[in-house]
Amino acid sequence: MQRYLLIESRDPFESRSFARRCELAAALAGEGAEVTVFLVENGVLAARETARVREIEHLGSLGVRVLADEFALRERGIPTAQLARAVRAAPLDALVTALGKGAKAMWN
Amino acid sequence: MNPALTILMMDAPYEQARTATAFRLLDAALRRGFSLKVFAYEGAVSLPLTLQKPHANAVHGRTLEEEAHPTPPVWVSALMQSARERDLEFEWVNCGLCVDERGATEVVAGAKRGSPADFWRMAGESVNTLVIPTR
Repeated sequence: MQRYLLIESRDPFESRSFARRCELAAALAGEGAEVTVFLVENGVLAARETARVREIEHLGSLGVRVLADEFALRERGIPTAQLARAVRAAPLDALVTALGKGAKAMWN
Repeated sequence: MNPALTILMMDAPYEQARTATAFRLLDAALRRGFSLKVFAYEGAVSLPLTLQKPHANAVHGRTLEEEAHPTPPVWVSALMQSARERDLEFEWVNCGLCVDERGATEVVAGAKRGSPADFWRMAGESVNTLVIPTR
């Protein structure tokens, strides 16, 4: 199975590219690929349940794994208890693991 | 031989959060037993520049020692040391043309001068490659 790792660093409320990247993740998942979206830096602002980012919930329903960098969450004062259901906090080690397994990686 | 990852960085120091994220990623990869090949392109060739100096913080009344301002060349050297301690390879290549444009020639020991052809070679020698583009 083809694996993809989409690393998203942009604030979803600042750039439309966040939504575009989620569209790409959904399309890849629709073709049967194993897709992980890893939120880093201001990208983790989308991980909050109260942010109500529809794209994130949609990805969760498609089986896309959505991870948020624990460090970036702590930097921004976002407790893991406040994450959207589709999002799981993870260390950067998870990103290294995915790279080591040969996932095609793209950084936005 | 341990598997290697190639990482391409483009941002100059002190400008983007992604520089710190990239260094954290390099550290995490070393801790997980990966050798590393880093290709510094464009502004990123200034990361290992040794002429950078930490400073005190007069606004907050902190001395140089109290401020403990980290500079990127110290991080690069620390990552190289971390790799040696783990018996892993760590290759850092600065794009030569980018170095000449910026005059960024005084770099930490171990950082080499090269060209995009090195990036191609590095990718071929690695299990995976990640490009961290500038905005």
